Amino acid sequence: MTDSKPITDFDRIIENCACSYCGNNCDDITYLIKDNHIVGVRNACRIGASKVISDQDQRLKNPMIRNKEGILEEVSWTKAIDETVKVLKESMRPVMYGWGETSVEAIKEGLKIAMKIGAVIDNQSTICHGSTIQAFQNIGHPVLTLGETKNRADMIIYAGTNPMEDHPRHMTRYTAFPEGLFRPNGRKDRFVMTWDPRYSNTAKCSDKWVKYNHDEDYAFLTALRMAVNNHKLNKKVIAGISAEEIYKIADQMKNVECGSLYFGLGLTQTLAKQRNIDILIQLVQDLNKYTKWAMLPMRGFFNVNGFNMIMTSITGYPYGVDFARGYPRYMIGETTTIDLLNRKEPDVFMAVSTDPGIQFPGQTLKHLIDIPVIQIDTHWGPLTELADIVIPSTRIGVETCGTSYRMDSVPIYMKKIIDKPENCKSDEEIFNMILNKLGGKN
Amino acid sequence: MEYILKNGIVVDPVNKINCEKKDILIKDNKITDKVSSKAKIIDVTGKLVMPGGVDIHSHIAGPKLSVGRLYRPEDTRRGIKKCSEIDGFEAGYSLPTCPTTGYRYTRMGYTTVTEAAVPPLEAKHAHEEINYIPNLDIPTLVLFGNNWFVLKFVKNNDIKNLALFLSKWLKLAKGYGVKVVNPCGSEAWGWGKNVHGLDDPAPFWDVTGREVIHALTQANEMLGLPHSVHVHTNDLGHPGNYHTTLETFEAVKDIKKNKNVKRDQILHGTHLQFHAYDGTSWRDVTSAAGYLSDYINKHDHISCDIGQITFDETTTMTADAPMEYDLYKLTGLKWANKDIEVETSSGLIPSIYSKKAPVSTLQWAIGLELFLGINNPWKLVLTTDSPNAGPFIRYPRIISWLMSSKKRDDMLDNEVHNWAYNRTDLGTFDRAYSWEEIAIITRSASSKILGLNDRGHLSVGAKADIAVYDIDVDDFDPTLKENSSIIENKLLNSLYTIKNGEILVNHGKIIKLVDSNHLWCNVKGNEVQEEKLIKNIKPDFNKFYTVQYANYKVPDSFVKPEERYDVNTKIKE
Repeated sequence: MTDSKPITDFDRIIENCACSYCGNNCDDITYLIKDNHIVGVRNACRIGASKVISDQDQRLKNPMIRNKEGILEEVSWTKAIDETVKVLKESMRPVMYGWGETSVEAIKEGLKIAMKIGAVIDNQSTICHGSTIQAFQNIGHPVLTLGETKNRADMIIYAGTNPMEDHPRHMTRYTAFPEGLFRPNGRKDRFVMTWDPRYSNTAKCSDKWVKYNHDEDYAFLTALRMAVNNHKLNKKVIAGISAEEIYKIADQMKNVECGSLYFGLGLTQTLAKQRNIDILIQLVQDLNKYTKWAMLPMRGFFNVNGFNMIMTSITGYPYGVDFARGYPRYMIGETTTIDLLNRKEPDVFMAVSTDPGIQFPGQTLKHLIDIPVIQIDTHWGPLTELADIVIPSTRIGVETCGTSYRMDSVPIYMKKIIDKPENCKSDEEIFNMILNKLGGKN
Repeated sequence: MEYILKNGIVVDPVNKINCEKKDILIKDNKITDKVSSKAKIIDVTGKLVMPGGVDIHSHIAGPKLSVGRLYRPEDTRRGIKKCSEIDGFEAGYSLPTCPTTGYRYTRMGYTTVTEAAVPPLEAKHAHEEINYIPNLDIPTLVLFGNNWFVLKFVKNNDIKNLALFLSKWLKLAKGYGVKVVNPCGSEAWGWGKNVHGLDDPAPFWDVTGREVIHALTQANEMLGLPHSVHVHTNDLGHPGNYHTTLETFEAVKDIKKNKNVKRDQILHGTHLQFHAYDGTSWRDVTSAAGYLSDYINKHDHISCDIGQITFDETTTMTADAPMEYDLYKLTGLKWANKDIEVETSSGLIPSIYSKKAPVSTLQWAIGLELFLGINNPWKLVLTTDSPNAGPFIRYPRIISWLMSSKKRDDMLDNEVHNWAYNRTDLGTFDRAYSWEEIAIITRSASSKILGLNDRGHLSVGAKADIAVYDIDVDDFDPTLKENSSIIENKLLNSLYTIKNGEILVNHGKIIKLVDSNHLWCNVKGNEVQEEKLIKNIKPDFNKFYTVQYANYKVPDSFVKPEERYDVNTKIKE
């Protein structure tokens, strides 16, 4: 972990680096380097910094294949790639999942493989903000870049999200605290409100905490929307909040100069899922009749959004894209990873820069025991225990350069800082090797 | 490689060649007058040969497109088609995927397409998408009309520093030209507001659209950029807006054109159709195309493109975000918006232009009135502001309308709502475009207006960008109504599309994919002054933006292959 004493023992400083942790993708990070190791990190949050500094723990350093005894055995690159290609060629229904922590350059190469072998290619949206994207497709998409909040917003709402824990610099660098052109006094010029059933750390540093009942987000948001549109609420208490309070919030929201609403998985993964976001978008659309409001999902991994961007650019669809028919198909519930695995459809599973071992429901993971699993990642994790082929890759923004898209879709070019571990290869390089060996038509 | 395009019927307006039988010789990437005996002969006897198409205004790459595709999977589904091994698949209709955009333009014989609105903060996104689009040369126009630094320079009437800013920002964004969209209005949208007319100032800034356009035009001419300012005027889509359009044209009349540029105009008014409405509301709206055509006929400092309605279910997308919210209030269709710090706002909404809807038909007729009312074809370019008024794959259909007054009359009589007849003068035009005029408004005029003088013609030494269409010019009467669909079909699928001397399309099929060129403009000679400017504005930059200045620029690796247009203009200190 970071040391509390100032670090003086370093031989190089590299500034304006981009952090490869969360969707903030902070690009003002300074790395202190000594002997090709990052010994200090400035400006980053504790999570971002520790992720870089403690990077070598449990690092995957060599390709491995599970032998007949069930033990992962170190093998040569040629063998690992040959085996991967063999497995992919023999597959009928391969799924290539992950991509949240790699660059769009690597995703582009991976996508070529998916097209070639007729795979389903999908990312973490399928288990997090996919419901948000569904809602965008249903209702609309009124979003902003973070600087709009910084410069203009006099009211900020965090709904079902806790940036103090999982996007630690969101409030300090982008939204609540910084000074902006029209908000010269930073935090003092803004009213921050948190909507959350829990008294989160974000709620603690907000001006107001609205505690609605768990799983009653849809009721709360609908009531709020009614209040914004001057309809009468017939119940005295809705989702645990008094009608009076709801009128007050609506009134406050209508009377700001510029409002920004950030929302997270607390809305997308509770009972009403994408319907929560539907109503939230409608709320923002309605508020724009009175004043300025925009919204943004708090995307998790630093490049989870980049996957959606490049997929829409090349295939037209944001995630869950199925190439089984030679052209892209996208049908939520049908071509999305969890649903595919629950139906035991896939016969090969490739995980790229992700660990479904932590992310997926237990019953979904069960199918992975029965099929070949290829892991392309930097670190040992629960999935490694399930994987049949393990391919060690490199960290974007640390050992390999590449582009990512911040949560608000601002593209950030991430630099290479230090050399990669000797026997690791970048995702882009790995996919190139696989592509070359896949050859023409399989 | 060497080729001889043999016995084609050539239309090359720059060289005053109008449907003459002629061989075109190609050596490597240029047109030449001599080839060796090894040259491959391509027999195009009797077929229509033109320079490659040049689109001056289209939305094909960047954040707007991604937002559109992300929230309209129904549009992607509409265009899904399995193709050959070379092109794989096509997807999308008004929002085609990047590869599909390249395929469709190439098959239409287009070789250069301008991406018309790029916010510098997300220019990397646009250039990355260009890397996924094959087969085109793509200049990008950079949005400046609501940029805070621009507003500041304008407020201080500091044209010199404004020019330096433009010059530096084009380098940072790897942009080709200066785009202005609803100046001050898109900034006002940061507060949920809009400006009305040229003299309504942006909130807080106390700067008006008139001042912004005037200053940017001055700066553009000071730099001598190959293209003029490219302006989407205020009040788009509002009845009565033609006053604003004319005032905008008048507002820059006093500015002197830079003597080194070869274009005639100092301001390009884009998608003019959307800015040509008379009346006070959607009830009493009528066409103002006559006033605008008349003005353009009498003045040489203005060029325009049309933004022709094509009666499609399409997607509108523009940096004129308040207008998109107005459309949302009108139609209730799903509204997308994206505000971009310091630079602009933008919005999208699906749109249905129906032949049965009075307003759509009025817009359709106004576009055609402009095509037919502006006498000199060198002053106008065929566009649909794709995909705003319709997807670009409708260009051939528009050409079929322009070439046949009988077809237009038939539509007026039998197909479209009577507003097209009652509220415009379209019925009075019996003009029919010739092939020469079509070539002008789809390639030669657009090249000239853009300042891309190496294309749009077939002179010796020009870029070997050529389109051949399967039309036997001498035996085909384009004025016949029943030939409209043939024109459309033939122009949609070129016989050959040749770019940089390489055959990309053969008999309507894509046979080769090449990387698209990024065209950008590099003003040389002011590097020291530019650095001084950056030093001065950096404190503000750091305060306003949420990215570091060091990470703001488009890295060189994003613009491979590139075609750099160097301009040598030293700005006096």
